[in-house]
Amino acid sequence: MGIIRNIAASLVLLRQSSVKNNHKVIMSRRLHARRTDGVDKNVWVEFTQLAADYKAVNLGQGFPDFSPPQFIQEAFCKAINGGPQMHQYTRAFGHPPLVKSLAKFFSRIVVQDIDPLEDILVTVGAYQALFCAFQGLIDEGDEVIIIEPFFDCYQPMVVMAGGKAVYVPLRPREGSAILSSGDWVLSADELASKITPRTKAIVINTPNNPLGKVYKTEELQMIADLCIKHNLLCFSDEVYEWLTYDGAKHIKIASLPGMWERTVTVGSAGKTFSATGWKVGWAIGSGNIIKYMKTIHQNSVYHCATAAQEAVAHGFEREYELFGTPESYFQQLPTMLHHKRKKLASCLESVGLQPIMPEGGYFMVTDISSVKVDLNDLSTKDELYDFRFVKWLIKEKGLATIPVSAFYSPEHSKEFDKYIRFCFVKVNLTFLT
Amino acid sequence: MSIARQVLNCSRFTCRSAHVTCRKTFTTSQHVMMSRHTHAKRIEGLDKNVWVAFTALAADPSVVNLGQGFPDIPPPSYVKEALAKAASVDRMNQYTRGFGHPSLVKALSQVYGKAYGRQIDPLKEILVTVGGYGSLFSAIQALVEEGDEVIIIEPFFDCYVPMVRMAGGKPVLIPLRLKSGKKTITSADWFLDPDELAGKFNSKTKAIIINTPNNPIGKVFTKDELQMIADLCIKHDTLCFSDEVYEWLVYRGHQHVKIATLPGMWDRTVTIGSAGKTFSVTGWKLGWSIGPEQLMKHLQTVMQNSLYTCPTPLQEAVAQGLLLNYELMDQPECYFTSLADELEGKRDRLAAIVEEAGMTPVIPEGGYFMLVDVTALNQDLSHMDEDEAYDYKFVKWMIKEKKLAAIPVTAFVGEESTKDFEKYIRLCFIKQDSTLDAARSILKSWTKV
Repeated sequence: MGIIRNIAASLVLLRQSSVKNNHKVIMSRRLHARRTDGVDKNVWVEFTQLAADYKAVNLGQGFPDFSPPQFIQEAFCKAINGGPQMHQYTRAFGHPPLVKSLAKFFSRIVVQDIDPLEDILVTVGAYQALFCAFQGLIDEGDEVIIIEPFFDCYQPMVVMAGGKAVYVPLRPREGSAILSSGDWVLSADELASKITPRTKAIVINTPNNPLGKVYKTEELQMIADLCIKHNLLCFSDEVYEWLTYDGAKHIKIASLPGMWERTVTVGSAGKTFSATGWKVGWAIGSGNIIKYMKTIHQNSVYHCATAAQEAVAHGFEREYELFGTPESYFQQLPTMLHHKRKKLASCLESVGLQPIMPEGGYFMVTDISSVKVDLNDLSTKDELYDFRFVKWLIKEKGLATIPVSAFYSPEHSKEFDKYIRFCFVKVNLTFLT
Repeated sequence: MSIARQVLNCSRFTCRSAHVTCRKTFTTSQHVMMSRHTHAKRIEGLDKNVWVAFTALAADPSVVNLGQGFPDIPPPSYVKEALAKAASVDRMNQYTRGFGHPSLVKALSQVYGKAYGRQIDPLKEILVTVGGYGSLFSAIQALVEEGDEVIIIEPFFDCYVPMVRMAGGKPVLIPLRLKSGKKTITSADWFLDPDELAGKFNSKTKAIIINTPNNPIGKVFTKDELQMIADLCIKHDTLCFSDEVYEWLVYRGHQHVKIATLPGMWDRTVTIGSAGKTFSVTGWKLGWSIGPEQLMKHLQTVMQNSLYTCPTPLQEAVAQGLLLNYELMDQPECYFTSLADELEGKRDRLAAIVEEAGMTPVIPEGGYFMLVDVTALNQDLSHMDEDEAYDYKFVKWMIKEKKLAAIPVTAFVGEESTKDFEKYIRLCFIKQDSTLDAARSILKSWTKV
């Protein structure tokens, strides 16, 4: 009996090792590059899957449930039917009509002569623009300051570039009730204390995801002063630039004195024209900095799709003419979303939650600390409170949101685990009533 | 305290002692300030690019462009229609699944399941990328790093070397060598020397990049040749990145073989394909990588941290195109077959034009490029820039004087192999007959002078 058991055990071992040899372990040395270490997890993958599994109403991920405006859909159709060159390679760093219309449009806003060929790089979404910025400008050991809460990709991108992320949180203003994203502020002293000789860049996001904060001129000036004093680069993620509410004004940090030459401003056609699936974005900045991003771009994707760029070019031509008028999509979209935002806020208040009114962007963060629910789901026992709450909300109430601690560094996430994020860029909010 | 500040403080101190030193130190601090804005080391020496130079030169509308590899023939109408249809659906204009739009990865799994003769998991074994280029990038970033050597066969699609270098790897080059006494030279006359290849493998060799059909020569590697490479990969435990973007463009008498289908190779190979080359829509910039989960998961990590997802309506349209042709596979109406038929005619036509002009074509077995030996023309280019290789000078001269654009082949080889390839230029023949006719007129009048 003993012998048989021994043989059986050996056979199992042999089988296991041969399975290993055939399928899993093919390299005696290391397989994947170190740059992919620790950047494989992703909050979206987990929560999108869960929302799908429970067929929850998805107010989690940030994309509209309505179509892009007609004029841009028409422009896309026109491009698709516009001759063979619309389906072949265009200029690698950006389709000429698009970079020209972007240069024209934004030169007027930043009051700076933007060179379409030197100062602009068109990318596969703002995401890839950020990637090119980190890869092109951040080296091993460089420190990058990230303001929390942050769009989650900044941290893994810094890590993949060999850099070190240093965090500074926005904090609710002391004393008064926290009613608006404008009540979350950056401490100048705290920010200054995080700067070291290794600090290479600071990443800002205005309007901010997830909070919706729209940085005021004084706040940007404070950041700018530190950038100039310490000779830092500034990566300014402004994808929600047209979505400001209640009279809040979007200010471009690149337009402040001394900032053009050190700032990369990132924009998105997806957010601008409610066409997130087109994946057209751009980086605008001084040619001296953009040129390094071009090198990354030409050695990673090289070109972006032509027809979508053609359509976005038309979009900007139209908006250039209509800028500031009621027909401008950049007026109409925030006006439409203004009401959605209010509706969502009152609905959340009516069930005892405390929303933080966003001054801009796609999202609303809500304080869930006053809600008493029995999170008796043992499977989430070890997770942070907001993660557990969100999973409970998906499973028990069929509503998908995103836990806000996912937008914080490991060192600060426990301080901010009583908030969840809703996307209100949805026409279909009827279920809320 | 920042370095700049420290230097400035020092400068104040030394200023008192010597005026000259003060000025020098100020310049140093300025230099230190400027140097903070320098690029990351990974892009050192990677800014030059043959396309940037030559696309600009060929952009002149009066130039007949047989240079850059894109069709001037229209794509099949059903793919354009599929795109227009997809764009009219609300949901198709918003984000889709990061690693690949569900309908596209399913279609790819079907088409390639047949081509590989195995079940391919659409979610774990496929990644959709921004063109074949994006797949190469994802694979190299995911699997190559400092200390790794990567074998690259010359002539190579020019991005392989900078991509390997950007990942910190070391490119190790080995040329295809011409072996022929024959009058008509084809891409089949270019071989890898087995001993030379074996000698390039060592314990540091992480991967070998192969490209079949090859750009620029058009060589379609035979099963035996691939077996030789496979044997070395298995012996040295090396990965294989197989760039097969031209896989459907293989001409009569030749067969495209997937190295991943050879024994022991599936587990160590990432195979790259391209919608742009498959459907003549290079401007859609969609491609894919196919391979085993243990490799693909690392490519997916790179994807999720670089651009996250590819455009939705384009992916939907490619899915439709693949499904349509899947039904027609192995039939003459299948675009994969009909395009190859069409191009074979153009290939032969261009070869005749080139021969008429006194140059020697290398007839490609696959792909849509042709190498042309310009030696016999004996063109005097001594008036041009000394430092450049002959083919660079020849192409620049040809664009300027003859209004015909090509690409110099030494752009596809390392320095050591330059002398073996500098009498070749690369012509692209996926062009309308009128374009080829225009090229013919130019070449005819050329020889008359």
